Amino acid sequence: MPNDQPVLDLSPAVSDEVRRTTCYMCACRCGINVHMKDGKVAYIEGNRDHPVNKGVLCAKGSAGIMQVNAPSRLRAPIKRVGPRGSGEFEEISWDEALGIATDWLAPIRENDPEKLAFFTGRDQSQSFTSFWAQNFGTPNYAAHGGFCSVNMAAAGIYTMGGAFWEFGQPDWDYTKLFLLFGVAEDHDSNPIKMGLGKIKARGAKVIGVNPIRSGYNAIADDWVGITPGTDGLFILSLIHELMKAGKIDLDYLARYTNAPVLVNGDPKSPECGLFLRDGEGKPLVIDRKTGKLAAFDKPGVRPDLHATHRAAGITHRPVMHLMAERYLDPQYAPEAVAERCGITPDKIRAIAAEIARVAFDEAFELEHEWTDFRGETHKTMQGRPVSFHAMRGISAHSNGFQTCRALHVLQILLGTVEVPGGFRFKPPYPKPATAHPKPHVGVNAGAPLNGPHLGFVQGPEDLAFKEDGTPARIDKAFTWENPMSSHGMMHMVIANAHAGDPYKIDTLFLYMANMAWNSSMNTAGTMQMLTDTDENGDYVIPRIIYSDAYSSEMVAYADLILPDTTYLERHDCISLLDRPICEADAMADAIRWPVIEPDRDVRGFQSVLCELGARLNLPGFVNDDGSQKYADYADYITNHQRRPGIGPLAGWRMGETGLQHGRGGSNEAQLDAYIKNGGFFAAHIPEAATYYKPWNTAYQDWAVKMGLYDSPQPYIFELYVEPMRKFQLAAEGHGDHQPPDHLRDRIKQTLDPLPIWYPALEDDHVDVDEYPIHALTQRPMAMYHSWGSQNAWLRQIHGRNPLYVPTKIWQANGFADGDWARVTSHHGTITVPVAHMAALNENTVWTWNAISKRKGAWALDEDAPEATKGFLLNHLIHELLPERGDGMRWANSDPVTGQAAWFDLRVKIEKVEAPEEAAPAFPPLRSPVGKGPGKLAWKVGK
Amino acid sequence: MTSLPASTKKKLGLVIDLDTCVGCHACVISCKGWNTENYGAPLSDQDPYGGNPSGTFLNRVHSYEVQPLATSTMPHPAAQLIHFPKSCLHCEDAPCVTVCPTGASYKRVEDGIVLVNESDCIGCGLCAWACPYGAREMDAEEGVMKKCTLCVDRIYNENLPEVDREPACVRTCPAGARHFGDFADPDSNVSRLTAERGGMDLMPEQGTKPVNQYLPPRPKDALDQIDVLAPFLEPVVQEPSGFLGWLDRTLEKI
Repeated sequence: MPNDQPVLDLSPAVSDEVRRTTCYMCACRCGINVHMKDGKVAYIEGNRDHPVNKGVLCAKGSAGIMQVNAPSRLRAPIKRVGPRGSGEFEEISWDEALGIATDWLAPIRENDPEKLAFFTGRDQSQSFTSFWAQNFGTPNYAAHGGFCSVNMAAAGIYTMGGAFWEFGQPDWDYTKLFLLFGVAEDHDSNPIKMGLGKIKARGAKVIGVNPIRSGYNAIADDWVGITPGTDGLFILSLIHELMKAGKIDLDYLARYTNAPVLVNGDPKSPECGLFLRDGEGKPLVIDRKTGKLAAFDKPGVRPDLHATHRAAGITHRPVMHLMAERYLDPQYAPEAVAERCGITPDKIRAIAAEIARVAFDEAFELEHEWTDFRGETHKTMQGRPVSFHAMRGISAHSNGFQTCRALHVLQILLGTVEVPGGFRFKPPYPKPATAHPKPHVGVNAGAPLNGPHLGFVQGPEDLAFKEDGTPARIDKAFTWENPMSSHGMMHMVIANAHAGDPYKIDTLFLYMANMAWNSSMNTAGTMQMLTDTDENGDYVIPRIIYSDAYSSEMVAYADLILPDTTYLERHDCISLLDRPICEADAMADAIRWPVIEPDRDVRGFQSVLCELGARLNLPGFVNDDGSQKYADYADYITNHQRRPGIGPLAGWRMGETGLQHGRGGSNEAQLDAYIKNGGFFAAHIPEAATYYKPWNTAYQDWAVKMGLYDSPQPYIFELYVEPMRKFQLAAEGHGDHQPPDHLRDRIKQTLDPLPIWYPALEDDHVDVDEYPIHALTQRPMAMYHSWGSQNAWLRQIHGRNPLYVPTKIWQANGFADGDWARVTSHHGTITVPVAHMAALNENTVWTWNAISKRKGAWALDEDAPEATKGFLLNHLIHELLPERGDGMRWANSDPVTGQAAWFDLRVKIEKVEAPEEAAPAFPPLRSPVGKGPGKLAWKVGK
Repeated sequence: MTSLPASTKKKLGLVIDLDTCVGCHACVISCKGWNTENYGAPLSDQDPYGGNPSGTFLNRVHSYEVQPLATSTMPHPAAQLIHFPKSCLHCEDAPCVTVCPTGASYKRVEDGIVLVNESDCIGCGLCAWACPYGAREMDAEEGVMKKCTLCVDRIYNENLPEVDREPACVRTCPAGARHFGDFADPDSNVSRLTAERGGMDLMPEQGTKPVNQYLPPRPKDALDQIDVLAPFLEPVVQEPSGFLGWLDRTLEKI
């Protein structure tokens, strides 16, 4: 009855005010508009002006409003009063809490700073937390990269001076073929979805390489349901096909990579496999114009990919020769790899042909004139519209570093890195490994560490050992077992501290890392290590301090809890000194600011560190008179200078004549300027500098002006990573720094300077016939581990995690809907609900990661499905591989970087009677925050 | 019983692109957020932290596995996963309206949006039974029927910047899989997309004439076809040593 239509108010007031800050519901760091009503958060949407998300927002971001009211939020500092793991606490004041922390930490610093192990999980303030740890003087600091994606990051930086996600992105505007490898669905959450939408709208093709066809892979035009851990072999087969067909970009390889660099070929020489260098140490090439040796970067030189050089009886051959020898070998032919990869040879050929067709037949040029580092001016920019992206799926294997390297070498052979249509770096990248720090472990009682903890080793001399040859770090990063562990190895900290190997520690200090649950391998074992006592009845790990905003499982295992704020109640900076949020066309950074004030007695962790640093008299945190230097984190963000003129934030700094960006002094009104601008700063890269950045003088000069570099840093891509060869040489017996004998063969094999593939190390330690099935996890797009608590809205989408089983295994076991299975690995057994999934590699099972919660945690009821039917694969994974009779326990990690090899897991599966609950089950924790409400109707406006 | 307008001036609705939807649920939660705070009663949640959480949602995403049939050129087609967002389709012949005993459910004559006037809704649930799409949900706390409003309180809202006058689900969709517009205008973005991409009615046999249109997924797995479109690469060399000869010859030409 149209005439009776009610009259609607079509323009209701939306909010009293919009406060623009940065999301923290995952690591994507989108800009958000927080709509406020009556001082409360009424609605959250994406910020259209923000460089990362340009207005869109994922499910997690929009559900942030349920974070503000989460019943699991910690309310005040607490100290443990019951046994560890019981969850029995009593509330204390901040003064008492900081007093306890100071009493524990001050003697450590005075006597033996390495007895503090300070590790942060999903920390977005690593440049700050590492600065604190450096001032404390402990060598034992890292964030979570070692158990996440260090292989991806380190392989990218060593190979091409940048990597995926935070360091670079596909050229969404021009790419015509996009290959996505092993992506966790949440990584670079919104930009990947935006990019996929953009390229699909114009008909570009997407190929998904992933054992599981969900999420991004579900919309890929073609799907390669690869067998886990064989991506590297598949990529090397593509390289084989492309090289054999001559479908590689020789001009690009000659100009911008070390393909023409000459390598010592004398097997007897202590420099075998090292580059021929000039007196200044510059790698040498043969100039095609003169036929003579020349430094690679000499103005006007045209490096030759073909000619060799003989001197003092030794033949030096260009890297290109070594690559031809390696990759044209029939062992990489499609027929040779197909069965292992679970792909037909024809499909590998078809993909190689499609890549070649798009890269070369659809090549194009942009009319942007630019000048390269050898002084040559180019009228145009050559585009090759094939791009790639990869993440944790190919990274979290024990062959992950070499696999990630192989992918970058494929990109480079096609000439599609830093060119239109290809892969583009985001400032402050490109930045070669040599421009990063090296690891520092110089400990002096009562004084700061001698430099930054983490970095990029260039050879055996950079490893982190004490004078007596034992590992300097508690996680044994940068040792012969995993020499290039650039992100540290957080997953080994608790096990090593418990074993007192390489030494005992006194205090374990953790931030945002749920190590007593979903962030540890061997979860039950980890809980046991955290509670284990010595012969005197004292805890083996004597003291544990933890900071988290929520009542996570880890809280129960700490002695002192420093409650953090939610992301809407705090200051933060997403800094260019840290993990940047730049786009390929712009440098950018951002802040968080308290859009609401906490209604609890909680404090931002970074502000707490400012005060704790002052109480401990850390040099970076006190003034000359001993008073506290930074009142809180906001004060630090505004006033700290890492180098003169370079601070945590690049926007609105104080120049000689007024405000300027990039370099400049502190500006007391800087945070206000950010807030006024929407919570971020962005400066666009000039057009002539937008591509070819590692070699483009316009970009290099701009980067120096903006403070990204202190001097131009042009470099060539490292198809051949010489530092890896240096580790091999040591293993062969050359040089002063020698590995232990039991590691020599492994180093020789795995630290190959050209990408190789080898089977997952676990395959060598377990009976692959007994455990024939690969088991994986991934995070759902709508949820991010347990970090954001069990969000009331999101848990209605992902409150359960069955084990997804492919058709072949489903039928072989006679499974039906509602069935349960016992899943067994070399290390443990779990009993879990199963579900059928056809779009899945036929030898792979998987589940959503970290849906499972322990009873009593996260303010959930004890009958929550997360606690009764949810499960972790972590129980099946050990930080060490099983014994195999050689007297050793090898780490379940990549032998190059130490990355946790989560995805090497093999299992067997059998049908069982449906139990009451998933197993293993653990006793309930006593909740320090009580339970959530029985209903929600969250409307804050009238 | 309630009558439908003979015609509406506009036919506002959504185009949902099943070729692009990655199943991320961004639209689900953005909708939940906006409509909890805005039009009518909040979208409540029961047992939100308990054993059987259940809340009101106006938009949900379901995922379906599809097993294509074997063909002579693709004897072993891979299974596919389709993400399928579903909300009220604002049907021209909306059975949920005509079944309403109180006139609370109605279709707006201006723009065709189907709404529930909550003050007249008695919570009888007939409309939810009548809707063949399951697009209406009774709010357990308030006892009134909730459904997609096409963000009627956003799309004309003069308190919002013009660019934001679109449904929350469209504004937030990261993959750009949702489009909002007037299907009565053949030149609108939604009409053009529907024409170009073969937009489809959902369950046309129900005779509801849904306004919202779904764009079907594009054909997949062309590389698995036996007669692949692109020819394989022609080798230029058979032996590694041959490669170096090719290299030299090719470099001469650069």
